[in-house]
Amino acid sequence: MSDTQIRDLIAEAIKENDLILFMKGTPEQPACGFSMRTVAMLQSLDVPFAAVDVLPDPRIRQELSALSNWPTIPQLFHGGELIGGCDIVTEMYESGELATTLGIETPADAPAEAPDGDPAQAAPMGIENRLSQ
Amino acid sequence: MPSADEVKNRIEAAIPGAVAEVQTPDEVHFSARVRAGAFGGLSRVQQHRLVMDIFDGELGGSIHALELKTEAT
Repeated sequence: MSDTQIRDLIAEAIKENDLILFMKGTPEQPACGFSMRTVAMLQSLDVPFAAVDVLPDPRIRQELSALSNWPTIPQLFHGGELIGGCDIVTEMYESGELATTLGIETPADAPAEAPDGDPAQAAPMGIENRLSQ
Repeated sequence: MPSADEVKNRIEAAIPGAVAEVQTPDEVHFSARVRAGAFGGLSRVQQHRLVMDIFDGELGGSIHALELKTEAT
């Protein structure tokens, strides 16, 4: 598959899924602390989302970042627009803006502070947030 | 490896009027809080891009992670 084909597939996925997260690993098995935290926030809002693992092919990340003009992973898109990475999603989660943007009510049992995810599944923090060259 | 002060100075030099507080436990992972008038009217994504663009090519290299919090002043 060519780089252009990969980029087209990514653009299509962003267009077709109202809420889509590009992450390292999967929601069940995140491979990076930042991806894990972002998944945990979305799950605590009880909102369905599509997830794409960028790790199987470095070109996914390369083409995604070229498309979104955003260097790091994770990246969350809503309605075709980049909402941001883990920091922005955390800030919006804690202010309640994330739920508003997604057009949902915050579930009563959602923690006010951004959840860290399940520590039992925690991958080593930090060093994963690097670009593939 | 850049120090917290270097990262702070580069942010403040690149974005006129910006005030940055930068922390790093290891000079590889950085956490920055940046306040700037230049952020006014910009979305968070655009604010973060302004800061990340300063370190274009270093993110993922000498700077493994840059945790950001931006605020328009």
